[in-house]
Amino acid sequence: MSRYIERAENTARLVNTYHFLTMDLPRNTGVSWDLLPTITGGKYSFSDHYQRHDERNTVKFLLADSFNPGALVNSISNARENCRTCRETLPGSAWEVVNELYHYSKNHVMEALPRRGRFNYLTEIIHRSQQLTGLLAGTMSHDHAYDFIRIGRNLERADMTTRVVDIGAMSLKNPDEAVTLDVHVWTSMLRALGAYQMYRKDVQHGVKYEDVVRFLLQNALLPRSVAFCINEVEESVGKLPLYKDTLKPIRSVHRSVQRIAPDKLDAHDLHKEVDHLQVGISEIHNQIRKTWFA
Amino acid sequence: MTIDWKSYDPGECYDEIISTPGYARQAAKNLAAWLRRLSHEDLQSRKLDAELAIIDKGVTFTVYSDGENIDRAWPFDIVPRVIPLREWQVIEAGLKQRLQALNLFIDDLYHDRKIIRDGIVPESLIKESRGYREECIGIKPAHRVWAHICGSDLVRDADGTMYVLEDNLRVPSGVSYMLENREVTKRVLPEMFENNTILPVDDYPDNLLEMLQSISPRQRAKPEVAVLTPGIYNSAYFEHAFLARSMGAELVEGVDLVVDKDDCVFMKTIHGLERIDVIYRRVDDLFLDPEIFNPDSALGVSGLMRAWRKGNVALANAPGCGVADDKVVYSYVPDIIRYYLDEDAMLPNVPTYRCNDKKQREHVLANLETMVVKPANESGGYGMLVGPQSTKKEREEFRQLICKQPRNYIGQPALQLSTAPTLCDGTVEPRHLDLRPFILQGKDIRVTAGGLTRVAMKKGSLVVNSSQGGGSKDTWIIDQDKN
Repeated sequence: MSRYIERAENTARLVNTYHFLTMDLPRNTGVSWDLLPTITGGKYSFSDHYQRHDERNTVKFLLADSFNPGALVNSISNARENCRTCRETLPGSAWEVVNELYHYSKNHVMEALPRRGRFNYLTEIIHRSQQLTGLLAGTMSHDHAYDFIRIGRNLERADMTTRVVDIGAMSLKNPDEAVTLDVHVWTSMLRALGAYQMYRKDVQHGVKYEDVVRFLLQNALLPRSVAFCINEVEESVGKLPLYKDTLKPIRSVHRSVQRIAPDKLDAHDLHKEVDHLQVGISEIHNQIRKTWFA
Repeated sequence: MTIDWKSYDPGECYDEIISTPGYARQAAKNLAAWLRRLSHEDLQSRKLDAELAIIDKGVTFTVYSDGENIDRAWPFDIVPRVIPLREWQVIEAGLKQRLQALNLFIDDLYHDRKIIRDGIVPESLIKESRGYREECIGIKPAHRVWAHICGSDLVRDADGTMYVLEDNLRVPSGVSYMLENREVTKRVLPEMFENNTILPVDDYPDNLLEMLQSISPRQRAKPEVAVLTPGIYNSAYFEHAFLARSMGAELVEGVDLVVDKDDCVFMKTIHGLERIDVIYRRVDDLFLDPEIFNPDSALGVSGLMRAWRKGNVALANAPGCGVADDKVVYSYVPDIIRYYLDEDAMLPNVPTYRCNDKKQREHVLANLETMVVKPANESGGYGMLVGPQSTKKEREEFRQLICKQPRNYIGQPALQLSTAPTLCDGTVEPRHLDLRPFILQGKDIRVTAGGLTRVAMKKGSLVVNSSQGGGSKDTWIIDQDKN
């Protein structure tokens, strides 16, 4: 459940950020909407269904289309199904929040397709998702069920952060454009993760490719950096019985993250490194499934 | 009621959007056509959304006469003001030229005073300037730049000429509202950004930080920058917090800083004292340092001037730069540009009559009804006379003021400020406006893409100051070649 909610929140953040980013850029740059389905793993499904890879179709695919398992409304619907089956372990109001979120997301999603209503819809989704996270942190016993919630949330966060870094790298593949677009694209990627201001505080000079990538992947204090999320996962896993086998893939991702030296990588190499991280994250997921849910 | 441009009549004034009833200017064609297609309800709901966004974001300002209320919602009109990029590039070049010359002027005044010796400006003028500080003589700030942040006010007359109305060199404010206006506009008119190439403005905090770091006395990777504010009761506190936040700099008040016996400036933190390299001060000169200036100032830092004079800390803007922010000095700016840069001013001044000159004073006194009379050293639109809208009693009052303190007043013909369509009671009407771009000079010199457009919300009014019923609009520099 927590993974699905986190994914919905992150999808909303991503679309919202892209929405604002495209307003600031001259038209016909490498920053195009159809990058988003690719990065969120829906490339083929998207091209199967749509001839025109334009803004409207992309947004529809990411938010509303029932055939896209990663679409925002589907993530929330899945979260609700999960929640229904474990209501007894959660505080009473958690179900209500999830259920309300489900109805809101379904009933209003069409408003987000034109630009006019998009911001309000996505902001509402983000707020309600955060409400659930806060509700659980503040009212649920921090028992093993909570450990799993925390693991799910942080795995999803780490995964999304790698994808956001990937979008930045892919948008700037064309070196001629990279110079002029660099600041706008990376500022937007920071915003997508709500990390812009924390970056400013920490880094204290302009927005630069290698600093942003390092910050989003390796910063020890930013709650959405890959390193931070994996730490959280490790801490939660350590509280569970039979945790030993899961530590191995966790530590392997740790090492991969710390090894990345963005100043020595071009967009293509960075993409490969990020890909490698994503494989590592899914190995953690698989090991967790094998240990506790098989 | 939807918008009907045929019944929109700007009269004698130059309108920024509509050239003659029914016809939009080239760069504004998309905007005008799109607005016309909106239903009345749609227009109203967007206006409401903008108001809500401003309240939610907490975009506020303070009016001192407003008692306890220290955060009034920022007044904003959703119809943007449009300037074509090609026109803007000329204005931008003119603004850079102006600030470069002004900085050479200030530096000269505090050193060799060549411009006085060569008889271009009279010495008396400087001696009597309220912004002149003897304490600054001989100081050499980094890059020899004194005014790092300048907000010049531009106005357009009926024939379409853009004039510089004044240069704000002390602690100009408004840039945060420019940035927030854009954010709000993106929320409420997102469709417009699809089919127009509108220059982004959000690189300002980056540029500001880069400029501030470029004047750091210590060469290090991360010079420590702080924004010094007088505190939450200041009318621009929102902006001080905004800028500190968006630069990732510390927001401090005087009590947060100390100067040690080696004349270095430190900030108090939970880890102890931390050295500060650059202070973007939003506190007036006279309150900066009780050791040198106003001894009662609780807003300043004791010893700050010592530290600055020794070159241990950079202050932006530098103390004493207000000498060039004086409406009588303003009248000499075209000469100042010619003297230092050997160029003609690209942006004209509004014709200005100095009341300390007998002949010019007589001209002002004889034409009070058609002139605007301003005190030399005020800001915020206070203490001025707008001739065409004045009563006989007010004119008599100013006649006496001018005769008593001629050095303190200038007169300018009242311009027909340009207008732009503004949403009033469900329809659009022309309202007068100006433009305040922001220019940054450190190692490099940069200008914002556009600036803050301020608009007089009252019909016929020429006063755009937010403290006196003014509002604001987003400003779009449109690149037509990319449209």
